[in-house]
Amino acid sequence: MKINPAIIISVKNLLKQYEDFTAVNGISFEVYEGEIFGLLGPNGAGKTTTLEILETLRDKSGGDVIIDGLNLDKDPNSIKKIIGVQLQAAGYYPSLKLFELLDLFGGLYNVSIDKMQMLARVGLEDKAKSKYKDLSGGQKQRFSLCTTLINNPKVIFLDEPTTGLDPQSRRNLWDLIRKIRDNGTTVVITTHYMDEAEELCDRVAVMEAGKFIVLDTPVNLIDKLVARGFKRSKEVKQANLEDVFLDLTGREWRDE
Amino acid sequence: MNGPKPYSQLRAMLAVTQASLRSIFRNPSTVAFSFALPVFFILIFGFIGKGGFSVTVGVAPQSDTTNRAYSIIRAIPVVKLVTNEPAAQMREELNRGNLDGILSLAKSSDSSKPALQMVFQKSKASAEGGAMAELILSNAVNRANLAGMPELKRTAELRVEEVTDPAFKKIDFILPGMLGFSLLSMGVFGTAFVFLNLRNTLVIKRFFATPIHKAYIVLGEALSRVIFALMSSSLIIVLGYLAFGFTLQHGIFTFINMLLLAFIALFVFMGMGFIISGLAKTESAVPPLANMIVLPQLLLGGTFFPVSAFPSWLQLISKALPLTYLNQAMRKIAFEGVSIFSVWPDILALLIWGVIVYILATRLFKWE
Repeated sequence: MKINPAIIISVKNLLKQYEDFTAVNGISFEVYEGEIFGLLGPNGAGKTTTLEILETLRDKSGGDVIIDGLNLDKDPNSIKKIIGVQLQAAGYYPSLKLFELLDLFGGLYNVSIDKMQMLARVGLEDKAKSKYKDLSGGQKQRFSLCTTLINNPKVIFLDEPTTGLDPQSRRNLWDLIRKIRDNGTTVVITTHYMDEAEELCDRVAVMEAGKFIVLDTPVNLIDKLVARGFKRSKEVKQANLEDVFLDLTGREWRDE
Repeated sequence: MNGPKPYSQLRAMLAVTQASLRSIFRNPSTVAFSFALPVFFILIFGFIGKGGFSVTVGVAPQSDTTNRAYSIIRAIPVVKLVTNEPAAQMREELNRGNLDGILSLAKSSDSSKPALQMVFQKSKASAEGGAMAELILSNAVNRANLAGMPELKRTAELRVEEVTDPAFKKIDFILPGMLGFSLLSMGVFGTAFVFLNLRNTLVIKRFFATPIHKAYIVLGEALSRVIFALMSSSLIIVLGYLAFGFTLQHGIFTFINMLLLAFIALFVFMGMGFIISGLAKTESAVPPLANMIVLPQLLLGGTFFPVSAFPSWLQLISKALPLTYLNQAMRKIAFEGVSIFSVWPDILALLIWGVIVYILATRLFKWE
């Protein structure tokens, strides 16, 4: 992370009210350019709603959002051009092949892309001629990630990108996300996996019932907890069962 | 962004069209309904039509088949003779209407009567066929009699000419009906299912995060359907023309006018599909709704039999349906060779339907 990071997303008093309940209850935060920013919380906390508002997919009831200097109320179309989006449980024309889907998104963003190179970035070059419906869960998520990069965005939003994936696919996806960040793209991610937030995110906002409980780097959060006198009840080993599995089966992508 | 080039909604829309078209071609049920099924019906009706009119007459066993009358009858093209069945079986077939009559011929031993005695038995089971057979056989007997009296002075003579003007064949009635059926089912089912599916699988939701406007997504999908429908319509027409002699009165001009008409009708039908996709919550709710729109039109719109064949109260319903006007106009354009402007009353009826349908569609259509 840079010493004086520029602010690329600025959210003030974001509010989303439905008839019978409030999904987002006045949150404010900033996202620095080039960081991986996480929204961590249980299901129903309001993470996806928050994300969808920033992604221009959902109207807000109140508050201000500025992305890369563009105001969400005044200029949502310009925002769409500079962001990439990975939806939770998204779909693509199922019988289309991957390179045909990339044609589609190239057209939607009005860009010409090197399709094989894009697929290579996520390790799917030999699946270029496969149909989307024939991919495994991990491959589908990797392809989804690929489509977020088509327009060379400044920020990508990932909604629970590793839900439902096995340990290897998760790790592979994390590696990919880190590479994308290292390339200069800011990443905003929602997750309910604690280990994902700890491993991946530069800063994490813990969210519950529409509000932020705390916002800090994972290291700081853990240090502060320990400083308050917290002690783990069980003896902590140097490795856990997941490490055993990964060691035994190998860390490379294993195409199912 | 890449340079100062402004965002082209058209380019985005065409990308949607291309993706949607590829999807359609890989969907077997769409291809089946829009193309295979109409072609199947055309083949069936085409081959039935080739049979033509005929009467089937059984020849009683032990009939005398050496006389001149019998050879005249045997030479008549529309008479089919059945000669190898026992009498009891023939009788049963007559009662069932499978035979139009039974003919027996016997030489007479009584010199006061004509030398050849023929008896023709008919049944109410095949009233029309029996009446026709009777006429044909009477004519044959008269001819046989006249042939035996060459010295008889004729007072009238009949000469038969076949008119060579274009004849309205069965295929000329059936093919436009099948075209209408194809357009209707493609428009209604194709649109309803696809939008429901895409909505449910969140395919379109992803598009919203791109700069394309919602209207252009709909237009892109609609355009792909139009292209596919026009392609399958063209194939149907060409197949009918080449294989069954379908009349294209003024060749390419007629062909193009037919496609223009198809285009207009398709938009009306697609609007109906939009309405259904807005009303139906799940995929299983689509067929009942869609069939409510498609089946009545199929049966009453003059697809398989002319509207004039229905009782007048039923015709009132027929005259309210858009498919009726499409079929009418299509037949007129194809057989009479007129342009699409000549059938403007039918077009007007379609357009009125179009307005109603799209007002409803914009109210009911949901994105999510």
